[in-house]
Amino acid sequence: MKLQKVLIANRGEIACRIIRSCKSRGLKTVAVYSEADRELPYVSLADEAVLIGPPPVAKSYLNMEAILEAASRTGADSIHPGYGFLSENAVFAQKVIDRGLIWIGPEPGVIARMGDKVTARRTMMEAGVPVVPGTDGLGSIEEAVREAGKIGFPVMLKASAGGGGIGMQVSRDALELEKTFPSTQSRAKAYFGDETLFLEKWIERSRHVEVQIAADSAGNVIHLFERECSVQRRNQKVIEESLSPSIQPETRVRLYEAAVRAAKAVRYTGVGTVEFLLGPDDEFYFLEMNTRLQVEHPVTESITGLDLVDLQLSLVEGEHLPVTQEQVQASGHAMEFRIYAEDPVTFMPSPGRLTKFHPPQGEGIRIDAGVETGNTVSPFYDPMIAKCIVSGFSRKEVLERSRQALKDFQVEGIKTNLPLLLELLEHPEFVSGHYSTQILNKSTNK
Amino acid sequence: MAQVKASMAGTVLTVLVSQGDQVEAGQDVIILESMKMEVPVQADQPGRVKEIKVEAGAFVNDGEVLIELEE
Repeated sequence: MKLQKVLIANRGEIACRIIRSCKSRGLKTVAVYSEADRELPYVSLADEAVLIGPPPVAKSYLNMEAILEAASRTGADSIHPGYGFLSENAVFAQKVIDRGLIWIGPEPGVIARMGDKVTARRTMMEAGVPVVPGTDGLGSIEEAVREAGKIGFPVMLKASAGGGGIGMQVSRDALELEKTFPSTQSRAKAYFGDETLFLEKWIERSRHVEVQIAADSAGNVIHLFERECSVQRRNQKVIEESLSPSIQPETRVRLYEAAVRAAKAVRYTGVGTVEFLLGPDDEFYFLEMNTRLQVEHPVTESITGLDLVDLQLSLVEGEHLPVTQEQVQASGHAMEFRIYAEDPVTFMPSPGRLTKFHPPQGEGIRIDAGVETGNTVSPFYDPMIAKCIVSGFSRKEVLERSRQALKDFQVEGIKTNLPLLLELLEHPEFVSGHYSTQILNKSTNK
Repeated sequence: MAQVKASMAGTVLTVLVSQGDQVEAGQDVIILESMKMEVPVQADQPGRVKEIKVEAGAFVNDGEVLIELEE
């Protein structure tokens, strides 16, 4: 089952990234774009490009029929979904397969099982992977309050069908929980079409660490080490690094074992990520499994030398893993800085025309960008315009290189979070490597 | 006559007031969605809603008039 022509059902930097790996394998590429994205670099980078609709995502990048139509019109034999949009949509994955196309991702059944948070939790508990103490889907406010009492406050209320930090709410007592329940429920309904909520224990000063895994159709599963992703704003990641600077070596071993067990439990194929929450005591709990390529995959590529998109393509063609666990080495250190079009203090979006976009160059600097000078950063999509990935021999060297790289990063015409990233590079907790997901709440929030 | 203008380009998610409503300074009157984030827009002075110029789902540019207020 060899691929010939890949349609990339995504936009911006990740579309550019996928096209690059396809080209180096000698594959033809098809880009799809909305009316707002005509001028973006990925559209001209692909061998062919198809307009799929007006700017709103429901009419373009979430428009399954338009994307499938573009595939059949161009003769693409496969679809790579990137991240976000339809990448974790089991219905779309199945439609792709039903049209006789190759879905570059795990089987739809696996996506569905891991996409529903309640089912995912149950699957992991059965596989012996530790999960955050919590509940199944809740029937009522009364049940939520009763269950929260058993778990112990503070608790986090989450949408069962949720993701991306949307529809999550911390409650410190029963009163607060009663107050947030209805609004969280209606938000879950509005965003995900499903109002089912569940509760989890809220772990204070937690860290967010995830393990990259890769699996072939013969059942071989390897891990590609972890990524520390605790620097977040609005529950979305801002900086990721590998390896994690704060976890203990013994924890690391147990974490890898748990991630591989998780992947085997669902008979995973392709590349995926198992996300964990770590308490201050290094106890860890399964959060979710992302059944797709992650935004932050380049930090793993930097320390392993592997091309994860190329790996996805070869695994979907039925090839076995090209390396054994013992052959994969983590060398040096890498960090990824997400460049967001937003106010660095209020985190408010800042769409507009880029009068200048001039990324830094230098030793150990990789830029994955979705824009260039003259492009308009549209209000219709995610504010991330580029990623700056910095690698080096040691974490100290990476910190030094990053300070210079981000100082040299010139973006004009819109506001970006570059000042915040530079501030973080001087933050004592960040510099020490001992930081939690609260790092941005304490230092920079108003 | 006072106007409530869009603080940034985005899509109107919800209109929180109706024609004839009395609003206070600082009250949220419209919620915009921009770059996947909900951004509330406030009236910067008190007044009565004379006309609502936009509806949910409409795309507005930065500075576009959303609501006309009268004393």
